[in-house]
Amino acid sequence: MRAPVSWLRELVDVDPAARGEQIAAALVRVGLEEEGLHGGDITGPLVVGRVLDFVDEPQKNGKVIRWCTVDVGDNGQRLTEGKPQEIVCGASNFAVGDLVVVVLPGATLPGGFQISARKTYGHVSNGMICAEDELGLGEDHSGIIVLTDYLADQPELLARAVPGADAIELLGLGDEVVEVNVTPDRGYCFSMRGIAREYSHATGVDFVDPVDALRDAAPVLSHGGYPVRLEDDAPIHDVAGCDRYVARIVRGVDVSASSPSWMQTRLTQLGMRPISLAVDVTNYVMLLLGQPMHAFDLAKLGDEIVVRRARAGERLTTLDDVTRTLDPEDLLITDGERPLVIAGVFGGADCEVDETTTDVLLEAAHFDPVSIARSARRHKLATEASKRFERGVDPLLAPAAMQLAVDLLVTYGGGVADPAVTDVGEPVLPAPFTLDPQLPARLVGIDLGEQEVHDALLLIGAQVDQDPHTEPVSAGTDAAGSDPDETVTDQPHTWTVTPPSWRPDLTNGPDVAEEVARLRGYDQIPSVLPQAPGGRGLTAAQRDRRRVADTLAQQGLVEVLTYPFVGEGSDDALGLPAEDARRRHVRLANPINDQEPLLRTSLLSTLANALRLNVSRGAKDVGVYELGVVFRPRGEGLRAPVPPLGQRPSAETLAEIDAAVPDQPHRVAFLRSGDAEARGPWAAARPVDAGDAVALALAVAAALGVELDVVQDEHAPFHPGRCVRLETTDGRLVGHAGELHPRVLKALELPARVVGAELDLDVLSAVGDSTVVQATKLSTLPVAHTDVALVVDASVPAADVARSLRAGAGDQLEGLELFDIYRGEQLGDGWVAKKSLAYRLTFRPVERTLKTAEVSALRDRAIAAAASATGAVQRGA
Amino acid sequence: MATDHKVKAMSGPNTQYDPVEVSALDPEAVAGNVRDALAAAAAAGTLDELKAARLAHAGDKSPLALANREIGALPPSAKAEAGKRVGQARGQVAQAFTAREAELAAAAEEAMLAEEQQDLTVVPPRHTLGARHPVSAMVDRVSDIFVGLGWEIAEGPEVESEWFNFDALNFGPDHPARAMQDTFFVEPADAGLVLRTHTSPVQMRSLLERDLPVYVAAPGRTFRTDDLDATHTPVFAQVEGLAVDRGLTMAHLKGTLDRFAQELFGADLVTRLRPAFFPFTEPSAEMDVQCWVCKGSDPACRVCGGTGWIEWGGCGMVNQNVLRAAGIDPEVYTGFAFGMGIERAVMLRHGVTDMFDIVEGDVRFSKQFGMEV
Repeated sequence: MRAPVSWLRELVDVDPAARGEQIAAALVRVGLEEEGLHGGDITGPLVVGRVLDFVDEPQKNGKVIRWCTVDVGDNGQRLTEGKPQEIVCGASNFAVGDLVVVVLPGATLPGGFQISARKTYGHVSNGMICAEDELGLGEDHSGIIVLTDYLADQPELLARAVPGADAIELLGLGDEVVEVNVTPDRGYCFSMRGIAREYSHATGVDFVDPVDALRDAAPVLSHGGYPVRLEDDAPIHDVAGCDRYVARIVRGVDVSASSPSWMQTRLTQLGMRPISLAVDVTNYVMLLLGQPMHAFDLAKLGDEIVVRRARAGERLTTLDDVTRTLDPEDLLITDGERPLVIAGVFGGADCEVDETTTDVLLEAAHFDPVSIARSARRHKLATEASKRFERGVDPLLAPAAMQLAVDLLVTYGGGVADPAVTDVGEPVLPAPFTLDPQLPARLVGIDLGEQEVHDALLLIGAQVDQDPHTEPVSAGTDAAGSDPDETVTDQPHTWTVTPPSWRPDLTNGPDVAEEVARLRGYDQIPSVLPQAPGGRGLTAAQRDRRRVADTLAQQGLVEVLTYPFVGEGSDDALGLPAEDARRRHVRLANPINDQEPLLRTSLLSTLANALRLNVSRGAKDVGVYELGVVFRPRGEGLRAPVPPLGQRPSAETLAEIDAAVPDQPHRVAFLRSGDAEARGPWAAARPVDAGDAVALALAVAAALGVELDVVQDEHAPFHPGRCVRLETTDGRLVGHAGELHPRVLKALELPARVVGAELDLDVLSAVGDSTVVQATKLSTLPVAHTDVALVVDASVPAADVARSLRAGAGDQLEGLELFDIYRGEQLGDGWVAKKSLAYRLTFRPVERTLKTAEVSALRDRAIAAAASATGAVQRGA
Repeated sequence: MATDHKVKAMSGPNTQYDPVEVSALDPEAVAGNVRDALAAAAAAGTLDELKAARLAHAGDKSPLALANREIGALPPSAKAEAGKRVGQARGQVAQAFTAREAELAAAAEEAMLAEEQQDLTVVPPRHTLGARHPVSAMVDRVSDIFVGLGWEIAEGPEVESEWFNFDALNFGPDHPARAMQDTFFVEPADAGLVLRTHTSPVQMRSLLERDLPVYVAAPGRTFRTDDLDATHTPVFAQVEGLAVDRGLTMAHLKGTLDRFAQELFGADLVTRLRPAFFPFTEPSAEMDVQCWVCKGSDPACRVCGGTGWIEWGGCGMVNQNVLRAAGIDPEVYTGFAFGMGIERAVMLRHGVTDMFDIVEGDVRFSKQFGMEV
């Protein structure tokens, strides 16, 4: 909401010295956040000029410029020679003798645009003749301002428009406009009336509600007004869509009359475009008082107005020339049959005031905020009216707003108002509530006496009644001279608070606490650090995630955070099989990017984007990792119930909610490309390989104290021959590691030979945290080594051989080291399908030094175990 | 081999001999042997040469060793003199070889070291450190601050039910603030699921799961349908704070925020509260933190724009309806809550000017920060 300072001064006693900045700061104190400060940024000389002469000069580019001489009074810089100002002008909507606005060298226009004498079109132009938009007065750039027209309806101003007069003062350009953000609870602040009231709260200066005088001037309810029926057969939440409709008729309006320039200026200052007298008047009343209004061409209406819900299939062409299909929940203004307006939201094209209109029917109504909000959202029409209605319009405001609108229309359009007034419906006022007057102090933490609470309530326009069983509060509202101790008892007691009609947001004690606190000033709240009872620190899972993140960073990888959105083609790019569970995604109804409506089921799918970005930016040896969740739907057709506000749902309902929320396991994934060890004077390059991925994955697990089994596997998106499954020793799946499938790399536009892994952190944490390590006493006896070469089928994973060797060798085996793999003819018959694995076994005896024969026996047991598990045969045997 | 002196076959001790015949014991001969040995030691240029010379001149078959054997054949009266002479000679020779060996070993080591000289200013990039993402690192830092205050770190799902995200927090179905949240909805439309628009649903989850009093901070990922630009991202992180206990007031809220700001931005800073509106708090406030760069002294301050204050987040006293939704009696317990953006904290604290750098995943960005922020 924008508030011109000049307008604010008309409504409330703003300190004459206060600038926009101070006014904004005052409004911030009571809760209207400053959004900006506009205007007031023109510095002169900006003066009235009279065009003395001009020459039209056609230019090569087809334009015709005017080389003008302009009388700017005592401001011409060539005054000593008695010459007027010479100025080049691109517009042609003026004649010799016209009064115009001239900006002279040395001035600054809005946006910091500095004016100097400059050479243009072959002349030195000493300034510029201004159009509306250049001065921030409007959007018009079709020609320059001709003051005789512009000020036509303000003769007193026009009289002062003589060459040399200060145009900043004349046109109100010194006016600053304060823009504030209005929170959804303060609908009344979408009006100058509301802003002025808040300013008075912030500063203590007097505020006289403009509605008071208008209400007094408005005629009392009379019969014979235009017939209006409120027929809501489908109220939302049992609240009538329209609970008040005020209508009056002004006949014989000259609709061709334009609204006065002061009104147009104010509309422009508040960000609205002047359109026509009738529309401008309704908008002006809305901006001043907060009551959205509508102007109908009476001749285009039927015999009556009926406010009703839309019928299924009904359509309405709105003012933006869009034909909209209405929803049965939409509240309509109709002529009984024909829809005319989506009530409180947007007008229809059929019944608008146009150039043929003579009689105008004005509407000032009060609509249900919920109904308006739903229609506005449904039709994506966030209008000035809907914005106000959905936040709550003062239900008692309509007659006063109507009076002002009628007055303005009569004044500037020359019509005559019908004496009869239509005022139907019974507006629902904000409900009174019970207040414990001690509550504000209890919530705010300042010593707020009951008198202060009482005064604050009266100041904001509420009515306060002592509840019958307690002693009355002093009738006087002026705290001065009345001792709070005399007027307020210490007994437990309550008050009944009736909020002012414009404050539907005041519903309970905490609302009052905020009112009292903001009137006192939030800066009065002291700072007290509460003593928490002492927590248990991070959870084991939280510590684990940090350790994993640190481990990967310590291994040279860089953490990234990718968006979890993926496209329909993502699963295919990863080469996921048709039945893969990862193809079941959570889908968004309104994705940011229509190409990516799904949530990831794998971190690798989005981590690939980060790797690609780095590669595309010239990085070659890159390692990236991410810790995050993936989204796995728990089933089809699950719905999370939405129980009502303000009460604890049953355990069953909560369980039902959680059952519908997708499973979101924590994962870690990494990808590496390029070289693990870069080429340089020290050595040749070593490209990353799948082994790096497996080793890193094991390092992650080891960081959490988890030992993993490495099992050869085929699993998308990995290379079928270069992929392992990682399992806990009791067989729980942790994840996969290896090299990515060449087809996947191609589809993802990644370089060749990218390796990576994705691991389930929840499983790792569960295993790691369930283990309490029990230490073993170290043996200091000397180790014994023995080597063994085993021939197995080429397809047998080395890990299987190692696992069985380890099992067979027993507890005294301290180390098992694979030092060679041989494939070749020396393996004898069928060598093509065989390989030889050479291991060094290191035994560390526990009780006494092992004899050679004992070492051999242990080795033979290990070989036997490997033989039975993997078919291994001792090489040369 | 030295062959200057004829070696005779040894026999048993002999009492009948001519000392002159035992030429090896001749003082001249011994002195000659010593001279030869010392010359050979000095001439050896390498340890290998020295080894050979030592074998020849001090080995078992060297002239002095042979001469030594002859001593036994001398009459007792001559033994002492000859023994002394040969012993001294052998000692002199051995010493010379030892000394020469030390010289040669030192020279060899020096040569080896000289040869092995390496330019270690050429550092192979073998053990390079990666980096944490500053947003994650900031989450950790913030968590540590609250853990230090005795709070715990709470969590909740990113795809959240509408009830937890809105209704439990007193956002009614038609509340304007609900429409203002730019929510991602999960299909189908009646699934009752959204991508959480704030970390605030963790408030309700904490209140339902934990015993009172509750003091928790909840950092996490949040989502709104904003387009990515220099200051907005549809996926961002927040940290939520929630305390529910007997007797908590806005003063405790302010005390907590002051401490938080001091830990994160500077020891002597304070926060400022301004009235505001949120459905789940009443009274509500926007909080600003004092500009740690200029503290309001620089009208042209790049960080605060000259206001002296930096907008930091929203907060307030927990709405009674939120407490009721958790089954907590608002007559007995009060609470406060606050929430702020993690990316904003990173941008402000570290001078990041473009959100793209934070979200794109360019490793160069994270590497500026290292392991923590």
